[in-house]
Amino acid sequence: MNEKIKASLKSFGVPRLIITGFLILLLIMAPIVGADLPTQISNIINRFSWNGVLVLAMVPMVHSGCGLNFGLPLGIISGLLGATLSIELGFTGPFSFLAAILIATPFALVLGAVYGWLLNKIKGGEMMIATYVGFSSVSFMCMMWLLLPYHSANMVWGLSGKGLRTTISLEGYYNQALAGILQINIGNISIPTGTLIFFALLAFGIWAFLHTRTGTAMTAVGSNPTFAKAAGINVDGIRMLSVIMSTWLAAVGILVYEQGFGFIQLYMAPFYMALPAVSAILIGGASVNKATIMNVIVGTILFQGIVTMTPTVMNNMIHMDMSEVIRIIASMGMILFALTRKTEASK
Amino acid sequence: MNTEKNKTTSVDWGSILRQASVPIMFIIICAVCIPISGLSANMLINEIVTRMGRNSFLILSLLIPIMAGMGLNFGMTLGAMAAEIALILVSDWQIVGIPGMVLAAIVSVPISILLGVFCGKILNEAKGREMITSYIMSFFVNGIYQLIVLYLMGSIIPIKHATIKLPRGYGIRNTVSLLGMRQKLDNLLAIKVAGVKIPVLTFIIIGLLCLFIVWFRRTKLGQDMRAVGQDMEVARDAGINVERTRIISIVMSTVLAGIGMIIYLQNMGNIATYSAHSQIGMFCIAALLVGGASVDKASIGNVFLGVILFHTMFIVAPRAGAYITGDSMIGEYFRVFVSYAVITLALIMYETNKRRMRSAAGQQLAAAQEKEEKAGKGTSEKGGDQA
Amino acid sequence: MSEQKAPLLQMRNIKKDFFGNQVLTDINLELGAGQVLGLVGENGAGKSTLMKILFGAADIAATGGYGGDILLDGEKVSFSSPFDAIAAGIGMVHQEFSLIPGFEAEENIVLNREPKKSNLLSEIFGDRLDTLDRKAMDETAVKAIEKMGVNIDRHMVISSMPVGHKQFTEIARELSKDQLRLLILDEPTAVLTEREAEALLDSIRGMSARGISVIFITHRLQEILSVCDTVAVMRDGVLVEKVPAKQTSVQEITRWMVGRSVDDSGKGARGAAEPANENAKTVLKIEKLWVDMPGETVRNVSLEVKEGEILGIGGLAGQGKLGIPNGIMGLYEAGGRVEFEGTEIPLNSPRKCLDSAFAFVSEDRRGVGLLLDESLEWNVAFPAMQIQNKFLKNYLGGLIKWRDDNAIREVTEKYIDELKIKCTGSKQNARELSGGNQQKICLAKAFALEPRVLFVSEPTRGIDVGAKALVLDALKKFNRENGVTVVMVSSELEELRSTCDRIAIVSGGRISGILPASSSVEDFGTLMLNNVI
Repeated sequence: MNEKIKASLKSFGVPRLIITGFLILLLIMAPIVGADLPTQISNIINRFSWNGVLVLAMVPMVHSGCGLNFGLPLGIISGLLGATLSIELGFTGPFSFLAAILIATPFALVLGAVYGWLLNKIKGGEMMIATYVGFSSVSFMCMMWLLLPYHSANMVWGLSGKGLRTTISLEGYYNQALAGILQINIGNISIPTGTLIFFALLAFGIWAFLHTRTGTAMTAVGSNPTFAKAAGINVDGIRMLSVIMSTWLAAVGILVYEQGFGFIQLYMAPFYMALPAVSAILIGGASVNKATIMNVIVGTILFQGIVTMTPTVMNNMIHMDMSEVIRIIASMGMILFALTRKTEASK
Repeated sequence: MNTEKNKTTSVDWGSILRQASVPIMFIIICAVCIPISGLSANMLINEIVTRMGRNSFLILSLLIPIMAGMGLNFGMTLGAMAAEIALILVSDWQIVGIPGMVLAAIVSVPISILLGVFCGKILNEAKGREMITSYIMSFFVNGIYQLIVLYLMGSIIPIKHATIKLPRGYGIRNTVSLLGMRQKLDNLLAIKVAGVKIPVLTFIIIGLLCLFIVWFRRTKLGQDMRAVGQDMEVARDAGINVERTRIISIVMSTVLAGIGMIIYLQNMGNIATYSAHSQIGMFCIAALLVGGASVDKASIGNVFLGVILFHTMFIVAPRAGAYITGDSMIGEYFRVFVSYAVITLALIMYETNKRRMRSAAGQQLAAAQEKEEKAGKGTSEKGGDQA
Repeated sequence: MSEQKAPLLQMRNIKKDFFGNQVLTDINLELGAGQVLGLVGENGAGKSTLMKILFGAADIAATGGYGGDILLDGEKVSFSSPFDAIAAGIGMVHQEFSLIPGFEAEENIVLNREPKKSNLLSEIFGDRLDTLDRKAMDETAVKAIEKMGVNIDRHMVISSMPVGHKQFTEIARELSKDQLRLLILDEPTAVLTEREAEALLDSIRGMSARGISVIFITHRLQEILSVCDTVAVMRDGVLVEKVPAKQTSVQEITRWMVGRSVDDSGKGARGAAEPANENAKTVLKIEKLWVDMPGETVRNVSLEVKEGEILGIGGLAGQGKLGIPNGIMGLYEAGGRVEFEGTEIPLNSPRKCLDSAFAFVSEDRRGVGLLLDESLEWNVAFPAMQIQNKFLKNYLGGLIKWRDDNAIREVTEKYIDELKIKCTGSKQNARELSGGNQQKICLAKAFALEPRVLFVSEPTRGIDVGAKALVLDALKKFNRENGVTVVMVSSELEELRSTCDRIAIVSGGRISGILPASSSVEDFGTLMLNNVI
């Protein structure tokens, strides 16, 4: 029995253990140092609801063996195109959220297909190239945000009348479009029920997909591509599908994030968005080629828990806000740890 | 040695052209942008010479890990961070000029070695994905760097002078002035040729590093690195300590990057404490690739061609962009985009080449089969006789 | 001159077992200075294990060492690593090249033994900063190539060399070691052209004249007779014969290699017990098949498989027998024509083969055969689910094909019972099973497809004796009860003879003959060695 506990601890991994322990410590410390625990928990739930879908976007590509999706910014760009075009075309209120998703979808499908085609050409080197495909596309779109003929007064620079602003307020558009649905407010706690339901629906969709014939094939491709090929699976096709799914989820994910955050952030903002999502799913227990919905939920809670709790607790405790540094070290350490694991099943 | 091979059997124009495609593309971009930018030749050359002095040493530090088959060392920022810590300390001790630089170099070396060994060990655990790991590594160490510079300096590590400390009493300001060192190296022995300032001493140091690299390739260690870079298993069978050789290559790269960063910063004249290193890796790697290097092959020539082409683009693109679109930001974004696009392209070419080489072996066999099929009947009948 | 001294090499009572599986029994060998010993035997006879022991290979020590003594010049030696063996003057040229592809031949010849010149920096930082002495490197290489007697361009880069020259570079590397006294050549002529092989034989004679002893492993018996002083024949881990080369012939050696002490009438062979139906119609027709499988190239194979039979495909390793099923099933690039019941099956498409009711159990169990990190359920049911839409529940008129985990568990448990698979349950991961049980899962996977033609490749490789019998029985039962045609590829002739109706022998990528299973072992042996490459 003891052996079993040891083995399961080992597979859990030391870094993950440290991070979980750290969060538990923060939760215990919070009331002691005088931080308001309900506010903290409410914060964690809210931030979970913003980020959940972005982390979920990792799952299909991990399942098909394409590795961690460092190319998340590509999907985010599709989402941003959907968001800005939805406003440009005059949609307002919560309906603009739906419009944004609908407009973002074709972009995500096309970009995802191109991206998937590329990743099929460079099997084995996916992660590094994904990173730089993300960077190139973000910096390319930086030019486009300036050059594309947007006119909506709420989005372009006031002085010159052209070029999108770096931050666009969603007031009057889809700010809190999901969070507002069935929102529960008890004292200091506010629960964005609508966003959570939306996340649950998407997560259920992915879970269900992985239980279908094609979903099963996707897992098999990730687990052993040669086995899948010998079983008559079109390996490249399945990988392509997974990349498209990931890209679309990233597009929807950024829209969900924006409706909670209240702003659209353009230009260099999507640049480093992949790294928090990657480390979140790894903290949740995923590896480079295995990930479950549970990993997404647990990982996002743990990661966002640390992000929200450290500043307040640390500030109250030692009057030093070291949260940023701790976040960087914890999340990057987690990714490093995952990269140095020997994954026997890959290749 | 691959270039040598191409020279001796230079029939394969296609592959040469493919290798040279990135430099050619850049020559075209520069040729288009230079007239539009409206910069005078004198000013342009001045700028390029300055940037060559500033960046060449840093870029040269990338060559050794490439030789050892570890790809583009995104972890060179580790050395840059070591140099920044050293420079912060030295400027707090108020040692200026060349002695200050030498002292900073001496202080940076042990830090670089420590970080290099750590990075090398991690990379040995992640064989086959060195690049993404060294890339994440640079972020991870950046976190530790911030911890040291933002919280430990002034509180635990003594910092005397308020000018570089944050008002709150600990941590270092966003910018640390290096006025006492500013271009001290560049100006010593500097000469002016037709209005262009040439930092002779800096170039001599860069030249010495080039000589060192050329010499290093001919040493036993250099030979071992090349062997390890091409086939780790064969090298191990021959008795070469593969892991140690790989760590040494990363340590050397980190130490050289540290010294390079000191040269870079003395030219700039100040340290952007929290951002100077973050872009360095990317720009150096982009410049090297622009010079025609690839993930597994780079020469000193690639470094200098790359510095010239990449920085010409860097100088003229914003102005040309502003002239064409009327918005100066376009050019700024354009050059960032080009840097990333070049790296992306190089990585894609590297991976597809690797696959092409693998399938080439298969195709060779298939061709032999086909030949036999054509020679056809004879062999099959012969086979039949024997059966 | 060396009569009064002890011979260079003596091996006394060498024994080796892998986890209780005896692979070498009491091997005694002697080799004098300058002598050439030809070592022959079927694959698995123990030649490579014996050489590994002599060369101090790491996996010998890792699997519990060996029994008996090795003596060099009459003194007992024990090598803990190949480096010790090299220091003692033993050199080995492996079948796989161990060369740096981007280096010149010369650089490879002196790899990690480069002559060096010290300098100021190396005095301070250690001798790895010594510069290479190119001139001395040149001299060493020239001398080694001269010693070898076969001229190769020492400045040519390995990757642009013809394969034969790579082989010679390896030999030159061994010869460049001054201490070399005994050279082991493991099938060196397999990759050489006829003229190169001739040159190599001359080179071996030259080495022998210089006092270097050679152990020469090959399947080309003619070469053995022309160059060796002594021939040693191994079979089933035993040294069966050791005679002067002058006193024997190819026929005799062949008989020693394959001859079993058991009677040769093919007892236990299925063909003898129940003769195959001569009138059975041809169900599968293979014409002019070529397969580009590295190390198992197939050239121009034509073959007919009769309905309901078990056809064996045998031959030595590397001759192409594995390429046949792998090529037909689309795992390696192939060309030619395959007909199933009169309709052509397109090549290079695993899906089309599976749709035509073929199934394949691969020899590469862990690489191709299994999803090691998934449950047994997935492993058994996956192809059937993907190809034949079994174990699925359809919703929304077939739009959603939902995995039916209950049906999958049922079928897995059925096969666990039927094939007596030892596991903790159908949810266990395939990685945790033993080799034999993993093989049974592979069979279950193929059975679940309910194929008409089943290809089985090396079904008993790496599994213990008890499991072997179970696997073969399961195959025979599946063949008999379901009328499934089976094509079984194996390197173990005895296994083929006891299971199959007819056996085709592949040699040099071609079919060198098809015989009934009851034919004599010598006949098979002759076919195996016929046009060996």
